[in-house]
Amino acid sequence: MTSTIEPEVGKSRRRKEDERLITGRTRWTDNLTLPGMLHLAVLRSPFAHAKIVSIDVTEAKSAPGVVAVFTGKDLDPEGAIGMPCAWPITPDMKSPRRPILASDTVNFAGEGVAVVVARTSAEAHDALEMIDVDYDELPVVLGLENALAEGAPLVHEDLATNRNAFWVFDSADAGTGSSVEDAISNSEVVLKRRFRQQRLVPAFMEPRACVVDPTGNQLVMWSATQVPHILKTMTAATLGLPEHKVRVIAPDVGGGFGGKIAVLPEEMMSTLIAQRLGKPVKWTESRSETMVAAHHGRDQIQDITITANRDGTVTGLKVELLADMGAYLGLVGPGVPILGAFMFNAIYKFPAYHFACTNVFTNTTLTDAYRGAGRPEATFGIERMMDELAVELGMDPMEIREKNWIKHEEFPFTTVAGLTYDSGNYEAATAKAKELFDYDGLRREQKERRESGDPVQLGIGISTFTEMCGLAPSRVLGSLDYAAGGWEHAEIRVLPTGKIEVITGASAHGQGHETAWSQIVADKLGVPFEDIEVIHGDTQSSHKGLDTYGSRSLVVGGIAVVKAADKVLAKAKPIAAHLMECAEDDLEFSAGKFSVKGTDSSTSIQDIAWAVFSAHNLPDGVEPSLDSSDTFDPENFSFPHGTHLCAAEVDTETGRVRLRSYVCVDDVGVAVNPLIVEGQVHGGLAQGIAQALFEEAVHDEGGTLTTGTFADYLLPSAADLPSFTTDRTETPSTTNPLGAKGVGEAGTIASTPAVVNAVIDAVRHFGVNDIEMPLTPMRVWHAIQHGSAAAGGLGSEAGGGLGSIDATGGAQ
Amino acid sequence: MRITVTVDGTSYTDDVEPRTLLVHHLRERLGKVGTVVGCDTSNCGACTVHLDGHSVKSCSVLAVQADGCEVTTIEGLARDGELHPVQKAFHENHALQCGFCTPGMIMQSIDLLADNPDPDEQAVREGLEGNLCRCTGYQNIVRAVRDAAHEMRPGAGPEAERLASDTASHVGAGGE
Repeated sequence: MTSTIEPEVGKSRRRKEDERLITGRTRWTDNLTLPGMLHLAVLRSPFAHAKIVSIDVTEAKSAPGVVAVFTGKDLDPEGAIGMPCAWPITPDMKSPRRPILASDTVNFAGEGVAVVVARTSAEAHDALEMIDVDYDELPVVLGLENALAEGAPLVHEDLATNRNAFWVFDSADAGTGSSVEDAISNSEVVLKRRFRQQRLVPAFMEPRACVVDPTGNQLVMWSATQVPHILKTMTAATLGLPEHKVRVIAPDVGGGFGGKIAVLPEEMMSTLIAQRLGKPVKWTESRSETMVAAHHGRDQIQDITITANRDGTVTGLKVELLADMGAYLGLVGPGVPILGAFMFNAIYKFPAYHFACTNVFTNTTLTDAYRGAGRPEATFGIERMMDELAVELGMDPMEIREKNWIKHEEFPFTTVAGLTYDSGNYEAATAKAKELFDYDGLRREQKERRESGDPVQLGIGISTFTEMCGLAPSRVLGSLDYAAGGWEHAEIRVLPTGKIEVITGASAHGQGHETAWSQIVADKLGVPFEDIEVIHGDTQSSHKGLDTYGSRSLVVGGIAVVKAADKVLAKAKPIAAHLMECAEDDLEFSAGKFSVKGTDSSTSIQDIAWAVFSAHNLPDGVEPSLDSSDTFDPENFSFPHGTHLCAAEVDTETGRVRLRSYVCVDDVGVAVNPLIVEGQVHGGLAQGIAQALFEEAVHDEGGTLTTGTFADYLLPSAADLPSFTTDRTETPSTTNPLGAKGVGEAGTIASTPAVVNAVIDAVRHFGVNDIEMPLTPMRVWHAIQHGSAAAGGLGSEAGGGLGSIDATGGAQ
Repeated sequence: MRITVTVDGTSYTDDVEPRTLLVHHLRERLGKVGTVVGCDTSNCGACTVHLDGHSVKSCSVLAVQADGCEVTTIEGLARDGELHPVQKAFHENHALQCGFCTPGMIMQSIDLLADNPDPDEQAVREGLEGNLCRCTGYQNIVRAVRDAAHEMRPGAGPEAERLASDTASHVGAGGE
């Protein structure tokens, strides 16, 4: 019997998730109310650096509705290890202990110093104002270079330095390439630039929250987290609890973008307080608290040297990074710049490469993963440099990329950073993008506008990029000193009625796992899409997993689902042969049915499910179950790529930037659900464009975050963004059976340099070769008026105290 | 203070503190948790509901101000199990990802369409300026609103027309 069922994989299925989300029947953590539940409110330090002389909670304790007040000293249980950091990137990395609440010193504005427990949230917040904290202010250190200056105030006196770690990769030492110093000595062109990656706030729409129920045998924590499995293990480890007594549930989670990858002090304090009081507690933060207390992203200074021959062939790349960790280390914070180490060389064939990174402590909110984590920063650096090199050599910026990128026939290709790119076709994506964009036509218009002195100038920005997705390979993560693995787990349960439950360790927060996983299983087992229920985000039902981040869900977790489905079929086959009284070799499986070759005799997975459940007639030694589970740990990362083209109009009289068109062609390998892929690209573009044009977390001189609300932090609205033209090419990954590559971060990674390159391209003839992000009208206007030097001088207003532009490049 | 508010067709009488915001009253007292809180500065629009037919950010209205009023939340939008065309259009156009901003987006979109039944792209973008989304990049939301407008216009079918006229009369109810 041949199948007439249309394959689900590749179909733009509308999402299963939507029904509850569009009708308001969702389970956000803050929706939860348990009997007798108490509410927490956290008092946060207004100072970025201060000794806590005393805390008087007497008045707060007797305030209406207040049940208890705790300070840091109350919440430092024996055996507790302090908030965890899972990525010690070097053996000598300085790892300051981060307490659940500060008790001696506060090290950033927003750090918790006390917590009130009350019957209602309003009462808890009222009582915060009655707590009297006597602070003794200490000198504040802000800005990467300031922190490293001799005699700088120390964030942590006991560490005797603000230098957290120094990590280096050199292609000559690693045997992946030649010496960069030789390239610098011997190349015809040596170009140096300094770029700043401003600090960003992930700004998921649902503020963080958790509810902890200590009643019953297991302690149950609901949390707005990206990482329920990691949170479970870390809660046990951090508080010294037996892990089997902890269950974490991530119900519907309103966005993450890396910002919910952290294990929170608030989750730990909620657990301790719930245990002590023997009652359920809830903590939900306000947006203003999220802004200061949830981790930030980016915040790097990049010094990049590129070397090349006059014909445009690149000969070497040297990258020296300073990365701001903030006051403490986040869960994976130290490793974020390291991920960038593997991506600075991007799609290009550099023969020599050197990367060195210094991680630095300052009196600011800690930084950690934010959409793309290390790879947007790297892609920005290299894609800006390729533009600058093109200008230096008098080449079209597209031409210099084409000259140096890995050609289609050269895959698989091992890069100078030591990664092997399995597949890719940069030519195809670029050709498609150029056609959709009308590259040549826009270049002509640009020339005309420039010649006519039009007050609105046109610029074209290019970003041809790749990224590494599928954060697993556990052995690779181990070689980078990451504490955990990166495998993912899946289980498939075939129920007696033939309906299917799919349990995945990849916990979703908006990515559409329930739909995509259903599509995969529908194809594999030949059952209707509607008959599949995907379960995730509960460490009890989904007992193994490593969660969702780094565009790993589909390319690691999805493959675990494929493997588990294969096992279901392997279990079903002998049963089908037994039921149809034939040899297994006589069976073929198609569209959910085992058929006896050459006959019309067949039995479906659903028939077998009932036969297995009833167990009346099974072969000897067969267990009455079709349930199966498996894990997947890939051999290699996957490498989505794409070409992004941006046309920006710059009003030279006001500095205002308008994105006239944005075209991207992404290659994410096989798209299980093109609709979801497109949505992810749109959202990613918005976030990357926002970094280029709008967003920045700014501290004042005292370390107070002056962009601490959505009124000050410019998250773009619908009116601030254009519509995008998105398309795809499809070069399957060769390292997983789906051929998928991952998509969640692509838009963010590629778009920031595309936009900045476009704006600079529009105003380069005014002597501008860089403008610090975000490219606000003020900065763009200054750059036009005074050239790059003046634009760079604005860096100091951004809190880093940096002269950001160091355009010392040029031919030697 | 004692207030009576009709929410999604049911009348509720409660004592509330004068400072209680409508969104907290809806969520914490009435259990209408479909309406969510995303910020504390009235910037994000996640808490948008209809108050006497007009969209408001329920974090910027006191519960006592809603005394005697009719409130429609995302939970009261579907009639007789039938989704509102805007809800349908959000689903059809993949106009949501995490879905946290979605209730507010849908409520605002309905009000926008009541004002302007045939908005162009720019009008939709400007009409949704007060509602922030971090997932979608807005493109599919804009498409959904325009699709819904198309569905709801006269001649689009009896059911769509009934819903459109329901929406119009509902939105008009609060009046000047």
